[in-house]
Amino acid sequence: MSTQVPENDAEIRKQDSICTNETQLKHPSWYNLKYLLVGILFGTVFVKAEIISWFRIQEMFRLQSFHMYGVIGSAVLVGVISVLLIKKFKIKTIYGEPVQFDNTAFNKGQIYGGLLFGFGWAITGACPGPLFAQIGTGATVTIVTLLSAIAGTWFYGLVRNQLPH
Amino acid sequence: MLDWLKQPWPWYVAGPLIGLTVPTLLLIGNKRFGISSSLRHICAACLPAKIPYFHYDWKKEVWNLFFVLGIFLGGVIAIQLLANPNPVEVSSALAAELKTYGISNFDGLIPTEIFNWSTLLQPKGLMLMVLGGFLVGFGTRYAGGCTSGHAITGLSNLQWPSLVATICFMVGGFIMANLILPLILSL
Repeated sequence: MSTQVPENDAEIRKQDSICTNETQLKHPSWYNLKYLLVGILFGTVFVKAEIISWFRIQEMFRLQSFHMYGVIGSAVLVGVISVLLIKKFKIKTIYGEPVQFDNTAFNKGQIYGGLLFGFGWAITGACPGPLFAQIGTGATVTIVTLLSAIAGTWFYGLVRNQLPH
Repeated sequence: MLDWLKQPWPWYVAGPLIGLTVPTLLLIGNKRFGISSSLRHICAACLPAKIPYFHYDWKKEVWNLFFVLGIFLGGVIAIQLLANPNPVEVSSALAAELKTYGISNFDGLIPTEIFNWSTLLQPKGLMLMVLGGFLVGFGTRYAGGCTSGHAITGLSNLQWPSLVATICFMVGGFIMANLILPLILSL
């Protein structure tokens, strides 16, 4: 696989605004288990706070419940404070690397794509994370929704150059 | 303690825990919290075809696949060990509306009357699962992120394009849930 990697590899990955994790460190692959652990904790919160519930999402978009606004609002607040603290005190990673922050460039995709994702979110009651958690809870038919989401992502890659950005 | 954990967790517990995912991933390996990218990595790993957008070293992003596998396992654990014995509480206004579409089973996290293998091949099921899923995958990639990448990570880093994206997510959701979804559910 590595022989096929183009020289501008990082540049291609950067087309995704949040997908630019360059590190100079080389780690054995089992180091990735720590992300598995964070994912397990995160998925548990998803289920227990019913964020993966179709009903909670419908209530959110009908202004019938405060729950999801409370979840997202407090998550953002904690995130903002955390990032400010990391920047202010120049906190390093556990491997001693400085934490990198990338700026997100604006393009029209954030509007068009955002609206389309909003449609999908309200229909399925799930953003990508909850899809994985829903399957875990035994909603096997969500596998179809996930496969369709992968197909949608693939189709985006196919027609990307023809879309307004 | 276990009884308390089995209850639905309130927003002021879940929200901050989700927010803490941002610094956790940054500090354990300089990773940006984002989930929809995993769908792109799956495309790059399984079916890159001749599409330049999928020709990159996805193995450098493999942490993201471990992360979503973890989310799946979190779902398994939460339902096996910490399952809420009671039906999901649904606001009375929503319950009344859903009744008009024949949805009255609130036992699970998703309405099994419309999301199941036998409705999949009916127009309603196709719209809900196949079209809905497609829009999630296409829209998130077009927008460059989803609720985690834009609404949580992007806003945490005070990125105004992420605010634009988040507002559009919500506008799209309001339009769909209030104006279009009722038509689909009436099929």
